[in-house]
Amino acid sequence: MNDKFISLICGVIFGIGLVISGMTNPEKVIGFLSITYNWDASLIFVMGGAVITAGPFFYLLKNKEASALGNQINLPKKQKIDNKTIIGASLFGVGWGLVGLCPGPAISALATLDPVAFVFLISMAAGVLAKKNIVK
Amino acid sequence: MYNFTPVSALIGGVIIGLSVVLYFYSTGRLAGISGIFENTITSSSKKASNLLFLIGLVIGPLLIYYLILPSKPIAFVITSSYLLIISGGFLVGFGTRLGGGCTSGHGICGIGRLSINSMIATAIFVATGMITVFILQQLGVYL
Repeated sequence: MNDKFISLICGVIFGIGLVISGMTNPEKVIGFLSITYNWDASLIFVMGGAVITAGPFFYLLKNKEASALGNQINLPKKQKIDNKTIIGASLFGVGWGLVGLCPGPAISALATLDPVAFVFLISMAAGVLAKKNIVK
Repeated sequence: MYNFTPVSALIGGVIIGLSVVLYFYSTGRLAGISGIFENTITSSSKKASNLLFLIGLVIGPLLIYYLILPSKPIAFVITSSYLLIISGGFLVGFGTRLGGGCTSGHGICGIGRLSINSMIATAIFVATGMITVFILQQLGVYL
């Protein structure tokens, strides 16, 4: 068991969860964001199921200093909401609404071999690199 | 309610939660996909581990569809034009990194850790996502 192997396994489990939940299909995500017409609340159950499962473990593990593999635990410090978070989350929401893909499903969607998934992922990489170069 | 699938959504959500827990317990890192993606494409430590997580995200759906449910294709329906897909991808990449997380980092890990910052971020991106979809529906892009 090393860091690389665990990362691969966790990615596989996460991807299985995404596909079973239906979230790899942008149509389903747009259905959730379509609050005024034919609303599909499924996404709340996905996020709720994940939060309820992970939450208690985060609570139990919160004072640990090292992980099971011996890595130091560096959790984000408690921070006040700032302008970067507000603007970033707003822009992310607009992009999410334009297509129906967020980063996890965007990567899992490569499994479909649909060219759209590759175009979206390259554009997403460009956005990540632009942010890194523009905002320090 | 249209297309509502609460049972499979909940099961999928619990599986995602288990992945988040196993990843944090083992590696001490939070499974925020936008952060893992950034660390994979920009130089940093743990590059190989991050890349392997992303490869796992692709293998997971392939396992489900080619070994367990070979008769069903992977549902992937996008009605947006390429202009919207490119703009959307750019905004998702830029916005998640500026805002410090995406649906997994803020929406699952952050809320799971009871971070007020993540709860507000999640409320914001859900709200702007809903507004965007509403506007596109008025313009006739989405039905």
